Amino acid sequence: MAVKIQVRNFNLFYGDFQALSNINIDIEENHITAIIGPSGCGKSTFVRSINRMNDLIPGVRTSGEILFEGKNLLEQNVVQLRKRIGMVFQRPNPFPKSVFDNVAYGPRGHGIHNPRQLAEIVENSLRDAALWDEVKDELDKSGLALSAGQQQRLCIARAIAVKPEVILMDEPASALDPLDTLRIEELMQILKQNYTIIIVTHNMQQAARASDFTAFFHMAEGGAGYLVEFGPTNSLFISPKEKLTEDYISGRFG
Amino acid sequence: MPTIRETFDRQIHKIENEILILGSMVEQAMRHAIDALLTHDIDAARQIYEQDMLINEKRFAIENAILIIIATQQPLARDLRVIASMLEITTELERMGDYAKGVAKVVTKLRGVEIPMPEKKLNLMCDITIDMLHRGLKAFLDQDVNQARIIPLDDDKVDTLYNEIYHEVVQIMIAAPENIDHANYLMWVAHNLERMADRVTNICERTVFIATGELLEISTTDDEDFDF
Repeated sequence: MAVKIQVRNFNLFYGDFQALSNINIDIEENHITAIIGPSGCGKSTFVRSINRMNDLIPGVRTSGEILFEGKNLLEQNVVQLRKRIGMVFQRPNPFPKSVFDNVAYGPRGHGIHNPRQLAEIVENSLRDAALWDEVKDELDKSGLALSAGQQQRLCIARAIAVKPEVILMDEPASALDPLDTLRIEELMQILKQNYTIIIVTHNMQQAARASDFTAFFHMAEGGAGYLVEFGPTNSLFISPKEKLTEDYISGRFG
Repeated sequence: MPTIRETFDRQIHKIENEILILGSMVEQAMRHAIDALLTHDIDAARQIYEQDMLINEKRFAIENAILIIIATQQPLARDLRVIASMLEITTELERMGDYAKGVAKVVTKLRGVEIPMPEKKLNLMCDITIDMLHRGLKAFLDQDVNQARIIPLDDDKVDTLYNEIYHEVVQIMIAAPENIDHANYLMWVAHNLERMADRVTNICERTVFIATGELLEISTTDDEDFDF
């Protein structure tokens, strides 16, 4: 196994408020790492830090390092970084464009305009997102006309169209029904062969089912999120080492 | 203020109680089976057969309740280890019930047969085994890991008695070869008691698993090793 991302002594502040405190974690390449924890523990903030989504928020400052293949991504060009680290959000958010244009949007933005090449990328991305068979005859249809589960897979296709190395997923299935949720989880198992995946989820069973590693975040007094326990998913859910993890995953609080 | 897990905790507690009742039924069945053997009481042996049906019914009721908890509560961490262990322990107890039934069967096989019996040793073996089971279930319910590690050590006493009974039964066979079949039944009885004690060790292993998360075999010295 190779480490894709190393988070070292990472702190994040919103103005005076410390949202993340001294996070240290290694993300394994071609594996799925789940981030779990109660609301407000900083798990979304953490994942958003990995492709610098928090840069846009006024008053945010960070310290420490997030090493992406050995280089601190906090100091890299954001546009280039986001090509390599894609993101899928909680609510499916296709652009109000056709299915084709949704997927082609990223490659076009990165300078690909050859129609044949774009068509190939769109087909491959939709295939990888397990959506091709359902939409291949209506690529001109609006992305917003698809079902919620299809929209989310369209967003995954859009994310992988620029050939990222890492896919961040922030509650990707929480707005979906159980069947669409399972489809996304199955898809993750296929995608991890080519991508490194980090998923934030409130659904512990989803973390248990779908991930290889799990990180449990909690907040200290004062509200700063910190990493309580990190390890292989199987051992964390059967025999967690920390009492706090035990109490959280057994539903004793939170 | 009630915690959000109150229903879940109550369900687990109820199953624990049912396991305790099942354990008492098994203890009683084995004690009655040995008493029936030593007093040649065929009626008592038949009652043990009926009792075994109740043991099986209770086992399925507990198993069903555990499946419902798994399906509806999706237990994790310690809860998961407790529930998986309860399923295992219930199976162990049901098998112990079968051992008691096996002894009752010997009572019917020895109907009208005059044969000397290692009475004291069988009684003692039965007492130790039942005591081990009783303490093993208590350690499980109390989550007493120290006790769970100590109880299996008594298995050595059971194994020693098993060896002694074996030699005694061989002597019975030599003294009266026409009794070989019947004496062999006595070996079944001793063997069933010996297996029952082994299964108590399995229960103790689950108690350790719940506490530590490690599935380990608790080793006792010479497992049913004959000194021929």
